[in-house]
Amino acid sequence: MPALSRKEVEEIALLARLHLEPDELAQMEIELGAIVEYFAALADVPTEGVPPMTHAVPMDLRLRADEPAPSMSSAEAVAAAPARDGDLFVVPAIIGGGE
Amino acid sequence: MTEPAGPKAEITEPHWLSAADLAKHIAAGDVTATRAFDAVVARIRNLDRELGAYLALDGSARAVAIEIDRKRKLNEPLPPLAGVPIAIKDNVVTRGVATTAGSKMLAGWLPPYDATVIEKLRAAGAVIVGKVNCDEFAMGSSTERSAIQRTRNPWDTQRVPGGSSGGSAAAVAAGLCAGALGTDTGGSIRQPAAFCGVVGLKPTYGRVSRWGAIAFASSLDQIGPITRTVEDAALLLEVIAGLDPRDETSIDAPVPRYRDALTGDVAGLRVGIPFEYYEGSVDADVRGALERAKATLVERGALLVDVTLPHTKHALPAYYIVAPAEASSNLARYDGIRFGAAAKGAKNLLDLYMKSRGANFGIEVKRRIMLGTFALRSGYYDAYYKKAQQVRTLIKRDFDKAFQQVDVMLTPTTPSCAFRFGAKTSPLEMYQADVFTLACNLAGLPGISVPCGLSGEGLPIGAQLLGKPLDEATLLRAAHVIEAALGIAKRPKAVS
Repeated sequence: MPALSRKEVEEIALLARLHLEPDELAQMEIELGAIVEYFAALADVPTEGVPPMTHAVPMDLRLRADEPAPSMSSAEAVAAAPARDGDLFVVPAIIGGGE
Repeated sequence: MTEPAGPKAEITEPHWLSAADLAKHIAAGDVTATRAFDAVVARIRNLDRELGAYLALDGSARAVAIEIDRKRKLNEPLPPLAGVPIAIKDNVVTRGVATTAGSKMLAGWLPPYDATVIEKLRAAGAVIVGKVNCDEFAMGSSTERSAIQRTRNPWDTQRVPGGSSGGSAAAVAAGLCAGALGTDTGGSIRQPAAFCGVVGLKPTYGRVSRWGAIAFASSLDQIGPITRTVEDAALLLEVIAGLDPRDETSIDAPVPRYRDALTGDVAGLRVGIPFEYYEGSVDADVRGALERAKATLVERGALLVDVTLPHTKHALPAYYIVAPAEASSNLARYDGIRFGAAAKGAKNLLDLYMKSRGANFGIEVKRRIMLGTFALRSGYYDAYYKKAQQVRTLIKRDFDKAFQQVDVMLTPTTPSCAFRFGAKTSPLEMYQADVFTLACNLAGLPGISVPCGLSGEGLPIGAQLLGKPLDEATLLRAAHVIEAALGIAKRPKAVS
């Protein structure tokens, strides 16, 4: 299992929507590489036919009645937003915006 | 544990009483809830500048204590934790009280609701003193990864309190609250409890509602108590456990009166000794303490049974795939839009995401988001995440098989006692601190750490008991016997 390249680290950071400074990229390249190599030991564990776990404790899907109930007000829901306009969240341009 | 000595008992140090005893004394009128609360707050003012356990105090808490005293005067019935000061790990949301999860991302955030466990504590009369420190988003084993402040171990302030619930364990050990809540994803309740000489209980997955616990790894996270006595762990679990319609994974099973399990009787109890937990790099002092714990149980009539959990060595890599994968998904919600910190001057939406997250997550959180994103990436999913979930099934099967022969298992909580600040220099070295605690989370089992003596250096050692799903009662019963024989009578030197 090859360690991660800088390019792969940059790709993963983009997928994770995480801006990393150059020193962080360098650190991730070394550390993630070591951790991923450590993971590689799992490849040797025979797991053919073993179902992947979905829940540690068996449980049935519970359904609740589809009835309206009191919930948080819009004002409360947007109160902590970094940018808002009345009861709306404000976001920057989704496409373009000076790229 | 001190027995209430009757209505005339003079309570000189209410902050050192167990939660159960304090509740009894308040109900009996030996001490007021307000006095107990003031004693705790005075102690926080005196000691916490050095210890750094608390991140925020709840300004409305004293009014709750006053209200308890009013009810007591009117002879109104008091709920089980009436007037008991409780600290809450900062990744459990509290309405109107700053909740950061130890992250700059949530600095200044005032949650608009209470977690289910907070509602339950309030209904039981507890006084929520404030919020205590943790590793950022509960990702760490020393609380050194808190972006807010350093928390010190009350037994030796040059050492870490463990983590991620380090603030909870330090506050309980130092008498800065009667009990606390922590969360445990891979050992984050039990490991700091062991390091700080207190009791830490991770309930069965689903025993306690996670609604309002800031999600780290949803298939592993559980909320549980950190207390000075096993009886208090039982009492707090009685209060916080149970079905919650807001948490689809909470279990619909009756909540027993766990304190009834503390009979002192372990005759005939079959205690499994999984040799994989005693191999390798376990410190001599920890080994010695565990031998005494075994001997204690045998003297009381328990039977030791050698068992094997052959996939134990794969738990750590499986955990560090599953937990970061789930974290990378859960932490996607911190996008700089709905709540939390946002970067200024973003050019577009992608730029806002990248910069807000880049500037406000700490390095360990970034590392885990990166690891999780790597493991879930198209083309890698089968090799990592699916493989880890298959290994998880094998680990669970190991436990299922062993639990056909035994009622509980006894292991060290940690391979060593509390380490010094900065001692674990690489991430993999830090991850090893959880080597004995994380299989329990992968299998969804309950686990408890109970103090079982001090090392030669005077540092606490924890014994871990692992149980069958929903059998917290047996864990508590066995832990209570170990506590009675080997519990630490001394108080931490930094605060005694």
